[in-house]
Amino acid sequence: MHAISFDVAKILAGSLVLTSFLMIYQVRLLALLNVLGVHAFVLALAVAWQAHVQAAPELYITAAITLIFKSALIPEALRRIVVRLGLHREIENVTSLGLVMLAGVGLVALSLEVMLPVTAQADPLTRTDIALALSVVLLGLLMMVTRRNAVSQVAAFLSLENGIDLAAAGARGMPLVVEISIAFSVLVAFLVIGVFLFRIRERFDTVDMHALDAFRGDRK
Amino acid sequence: MIATLFGILAFLVLGLIGVFRGRDANGIVYGASLGISAALGIVGLRALFGAAPATLVLPLGLPWIGAHFRLDALAGFFLLVVNLGGVGASLYGIGHGRHERDAARVLAFYPWFLATLNLVVVADDAFTFLFAWELMSVVSWALVLAHHRDPANIRAGFVYLVMASLSGLVLLLVFGLLAGANGGYAFTLMRAARPTPGIAGVAFVLALLGTGAKAGLMPLHAWLPLAHPAAPSHVSALMSGVMTKVAIYAFVRIAFDVLGDLSQWSAVVVLALGGATAGLGILHALMESDLKRLLAYSTVENVGIIFIGLGLAMAFRASGFAAGAALALTAALFHVFNHAIYKSLLFFGAGAVLSATGERDMERLGGLIHRLPQTSFAMLIGCAAIAALPPLNGFVSEWLTFQAILLRPALPQWGLKLMIPADGALLALTAALTGACFVKLFGIAFLGRPRSDAARDAHEVDRFSRAAMLGAALLCLLLGLLPGVLVDALAPVARELLGVRLAEQMALPWLSLIPIAAVRSSYNGLLVFLFIVLATSLTILAIHRFASRAIRRAPAWDCGFPDTSPITQYTGASFAQPIRRVFAASLLGARETVFMPPPGDMAPARIEKTLSDPLWEALYAPLGVWIAWLADRLNHLQFLTIRRYLAFVFVALVALLLALALWQ
Repeated sequence: MHAISFDVAKILAGSLVLTSFLMIYQVRLLALLNVLGVHAFVLALAVAWQAHVQAAPELYITAAITLIFKSALIPEALRRIVVRLGLHREIENVTSLGLVMLAGVGLVALSLEVMLPVTAQADPLTRTDIALALSVVLLGLLMMVTRRNAVSQVAAFLSLENGIDLAAAGARGMPLVVEISIAFSVLVAFLVIGVFLFRIRERFDTVDMHALDAFRGDRK
Repeated sequence: MIATLFGILAFLVLGLIGVFRGRDANGIVYGASLGISAALGIVGLRALFGAAPATLVLPLGLPWIGAHFRLDALAGFFLLVVNLGGVGASLYGIGHGRHERDAARVLAFYPWFLATLNLVVVADDAFTFLFAWELMSVVSWALVLAHHRDPANIRAGFVYLVMASLSGLVLLLVFGLLAGANGGYAFTLMRAARPTPGIAGVAFVLALLGTGAKAGLMPLHAWLPLAHPAAPSHVSALMSGVMTKVAIYAFVRIAFDVLGDLSQWSAVVVLALGGATAGLGILHALMESDLKRLLAYSTVENVGIIFIGLGLAMAFRASGFAAGAALALTAALFHVFNHAIYKSLLFFGAGAVLSATGERDMERLGGLIHRLPQTSFAMLIGCAAIAALPPLNGFVSEWLTFQAILLRPALPQWGLKLMIPADGALLALTAALTGACFVKLFGIAFLGRPRSDAARDAHEVDRFSRAAMLGAALLCLLLGLLPGVLVDALAPVARELLGVRLAEQMALPWLSLIPIAAVRSSYNGLLVFLFIVLATSLTILAIHRFASRAIRRAPAWDCGFPDTSPITQYTGASFAQPIRRVFAASLLGARETVFMPPPGDMAPARIEKTLSDPLWEALYAPLGVWIAWLADRLNHLQFLTIRRYLAFVFVALVALLLALALWQ
């Protein structure tokens, strides 16, 4: 295995983390969805590279699924939803973005700190991948926690799922059945969430989660 | 091994019959339980003397562990104990079950209870063991709640369930610790993996908590006097006589077999808890006027005595004194066997009294020896046996325990030097108090004049119940006369766990028992029995020869003024009063208040006694308050926004990762 294959794998995984940071920083919804598309595109590249390096043809299918569904179809559909909801000029109000970014840096450091010693015996090719995948997952969670808009929470969730995909691709790939079922479940989740967004909007005139809390009936 | 599993399976099927047929199945369920128990008892007996342990792995349970079963000498002995109790309780149940109010509720769970008791004993991996253990807890909880309309029973069931969950949780931690990072959950793997002293110490303390909570070791005994009396009497007998023994089996299995070498300090802890349990248990029993609660507290006491024996065995083993360890272990297991028999017998008797009179309160009984002669005779034997009177079996095991205590000078460690004599003194005190307690039980409930109409009109119970009681009484006598049989039968267990055994006893002339050396001590139950029989017959002969031949019935002496009201008799409370004043005032918070009516008032003066359990007030009540307070504080967590919940998940994840990063 050449040194170049490590470097490319690391660059791609690192780019995924970088794109996650871009998502965290991006407060305009349409732009956010564009970044989500880029995120999935980078993931598709990373998976394809793994497929090439590991000589695992089934990973090409994973990469193709990622490319078609996650990087093209889902962001496009979300974009239409946003336009139909009339949110395309919306700018989300995220408090202290700088702090959130700093916290994100901390999370990346943490996941490297945790994962690198644990995977000391693992294949060096996958080692960094798994550590960076964990940081993508953590960044996705961080974004879900800090965002209020339902659409951006969905985008955060999808980026989190991309992180899991990256880890799986690094670990010699998931079995194809698992892969396809996950792809479908993401699709279903996306559909359900999309439908729900409309329903919520119809009912409450907003998709701001903060506003929805006022309607909860189970408060003391 | 296969036979055991088929027996357990048969019990489970029998439970289903109980569910669907209800009361009609009374004879079938108890009769079949009797048969299966007898068969399983024979299997246990064979395993006790079998050459090699039988093992079996079935592809059940968790996929990568499977279900391991093993029948070695220890398991064989406890299988025998469990099923001996099962035979007795089933025989008793054939008759007693007919009067059961909620027959279907008992019949459905009774065979399952027996099945789980057997399953715990043969389980050989953590998963199977915990599964059987928890099933045993749940099924016995259902039996405790058989009469669930009584609010006291509901509380008993709740406390029992909480304690049972605690015990299950703690044992889960024990096995988690012992299995290690690689997840060796089979006991064979745990035995092979020698844990570090720190891990072994923590696992031992947790195992003592988990099994002690089920056996009724103080301070985890609080559920036992509530739950055992609440169940139907033959189930009470099984719970007190057998289930506590299964808990002790679990302790022996973990402490002596799986963990292996333990420090001397662990023996000190066991000895201290055992001594406290024995002393406080019997003191509680002495204060009690409810027949079944008294017996339940006495179970606590006996569990304490057994733990003293086990603690001695651990102390001797840790000091490298294998012969002493064998003696102490034999004494403890002998007591396990004895207690299973006579506590079953006593609970049967209490159940007979309950079904004959509808009363459990001793202060409303009395004079039953005339109405229930056979029950009374069996109860007398049971009371004498539990009070450790020779020539019955209770004496043998307590005598053996004392012999082990007297070996103390061989021990070097100062904790043990202090603890063992203290336990010896406590054991002596306990033996005396037990005597007083069962004199009280028999004297108040069976002698004297009836204190209520129910007691006056009582009728002897059915023949199955009587057969169960008299059979158990006969067993008490036989074991007392031929203790060597059981001591020799326990030799394989001692050899398996400690590598040595006591000298063979049955070969000794005149069926003597010589645990260590003839110059040191020996006991011959047969001689004592012959002496008692001869002395009694000669006395009777002499009285009848030289005094009057006729049996006269005359009014009892009552200060020369026979009052017909039975209220003038000595009561249980008055019998216990001196002991209550001496011991219970400080230990159990006993208080007496005298109410004197003002001059001119015609109301009678009253004396009222109050008892409290300081352990409950110091330990359980604050814990309950604390948990309620915490639950109250945390209640608002039920009403958070989705983002807050997500944030919780996130923070928890990051905190765990941080801990992992720092810990490395």
